[in-house]
Amino acid sequence: MGYEISLLTIMGISVIGALSLNMILGFCGQISLGHAAFLGIGAYTSAMLTKAGIPFLLALPAAMLLSGLIGVIVGFSSLRVRHDFLAITTMGVSFLFTGLVRKQEFLGGEMGIAAIPDPGYGKVGFMLFVFGLAIALTLFSLYIKRSWMGFTFDTVADDEDTATLLGVNVSGYKLMAFALGTAFAGLAGALYAHNVKFIDPESFGFIESITILSMVVIGGTGSVWGVISAAVVLSVFPLWFQFIDDYKLLVYGGLLCAVMLLSPEGVSSLVVKLFNKIFKREKAIHVNN
Amino acid sequence: MLTINNITVDFGGVKAVDNVSFSFQDRELLGLIGPNGAGKTTLMKVITGTVKPTSGSVSLDKSNLNGKAPYLRIRAGIGISQQIVHPVNSMTVLENVTFAAGHSKTDQVFLSLFKTNRAIEKEEALNLLKMVEIEDVADEKPENLPLGYIKRLELARALALKPKLLLLDEPLAGLNQSEAERLSNTLLKLNQQGQNIILIEHNLTEVVRICQRLVVIDNGKKIGEGEPKTVMNNPVVRTAYLGRS
Ligand SMILES: Nc1ncnc2c1ncn2[C@@H]1O[C@H](COP(=O)(O)OP(=O)(O)OP(=O)(O)O)[C@@H](O)[C@H]1O
Ligand SMILES: [Mg+2]
Repeated sequence: MGYEISLLTIMGISVIGALSLNMILGFCGQISLGHAAFLGIGAYTSAMLTKAGIPFLLALPAAMLLSGLIGVIVGFSSLRVRHDFLAITTMGVSFLFTGLVRKQEFLGGEMGIAAIPDPGYGKVGFMLFVFGLAIALTLFSLYIKRSWMGFTFDTVADDEDTATLLGVNVSGYKLMAFALGTAFAGLAGALYAHNVKFIDPESFGFIESITILSMVVIGGTGSVWGVISAAVVLSVFPLWFQFIDDYKLLVYGGLLCAVMLLSPEGVSSLVVKLFNKIFKREKAIHVNN
Repeated sequence: MLTINNITVDFGGVKAVDNVSFSFQDRELLGLIGPNGAGKTTLMKVITGTVKPTSGSVSLDKSNLNGKAPYLRIRAGIGISQQIVHPVNSMTVLENVTFAAGHSKTDQVFLSLFKTNRAIEKEEALNLLKMVEIEDVADEKPENLPLGYIKRLELARALALKPKLLLLDEPLAGLNQSEAERLSNTLLKLNQQGQNIILIEHNLTEVVRICQRLVVIDNGKKIGEGEPKTVMNNPVVRTAYLGRS
């Protein structure tokens, strides 16, 4: 039972992490190859604060705030550069994070931080807490899509120059996407820290960034339900199959490439297309009858 | 209301626009014409701010636009339908226009999150699609549509911004003569209702028919300005056109 609970908790945290990247990449079309660094910022913030005696429920928003602030700073680089270069910049953020943290004595350096305080909800309680947040973030994501902010994100993602000529403050919207996405990444990171109770720089390295990216791309960038499904499946695979854990980068990298080549809109859109095909054929038969 | 002061645009040696000045009067329908490569589109881009002039200035309602970001110029009341079409292909035709109609809901980044209702904008958009006669493709994605449809989509989208000044770069492209005539009549009617329009067009029949005034440029230089019939009889203008084609 304990094993299932920890599995479900990890799933919930992964869903939050994937939905957070989906706001940047899926909604606003801005690539980020260093998203795990923002989970890291949230994780370290919350771990340090709770170790200093600050209550967990205060440490969580602080983690989101710091992560979101740094996210906006990185977002500024998305204003200056085009897509391919933004990929490199955000990848740099990932290496910068691990590189910097590794050298900071007060953050535990290479050894990381252990004995991170337990929120005190019990295992099941914490799982339900994570689920509650994951559901809230799902609802929020669906709401954004319906709002005029989501409508504008769609336009910016499709064509920035056109958005500009429709009077859209493209920079403002991009920064908003980065702020939201990285703040929720901070939340996912903080939850991770209090779940595992140990973090080190490698917990938020490039491989983790690619893992989150795979969830979003395979799920179908922008599709909330697709991303959730991919996060659920991909977060438990490495726990079930040791060889996937050993060859994470290879497996996820391969999956990423396969999806990009076969169905750039993600597996979910492939399923929708198949469904439509079958459904439409049935409809056609009905019409013939 | 709009003043172009000594605008020069130098693309690394090629002067696409060469010291052009003219002013646009309130309630005008002004035709900006000239042979291919004359510099008309470049001049439009100087007005919207996507091309920076080498020298000269543009002012709208007496405030200088130089240095103002393009999106702020649009918010200040300029609407453009570009020569090269840029529909948002991931959205339907109706959504394209609906989005533009909601410009007042998207001008504050943070507040746009708290607005969800699209009913009014959708209705406005549908009316505009009817006006430009493409309501039959409202629910289609633009990528599959012929040019004449997309050009009209962009016109509707520019109109949805309710601009003080509408810039149209070859809106009649891709239309047959009877469609072009009907759309020209629509433009004329809009102008009579008070819409300011600068029209770039190669369909001179329609230009001469509906515009009150023409500005002619050739090789980046202004070579004529005035009442359409008079301008078209100007020998310099005639050679500019005949000498090329
Ligand atoms: N970005 C650019 N870089 C270099 N040269 C350019 C650029 N844009 C336009 N030009 C050149 O500037 C000149 C004017 O081009 P422009 O597109 O403004 O002409 P136009 O009057 O709109 O022509 P058309 O009627 O064919 O649309 C042309 O010689 C063109 O090749
Ligand atoms: Mg042109």
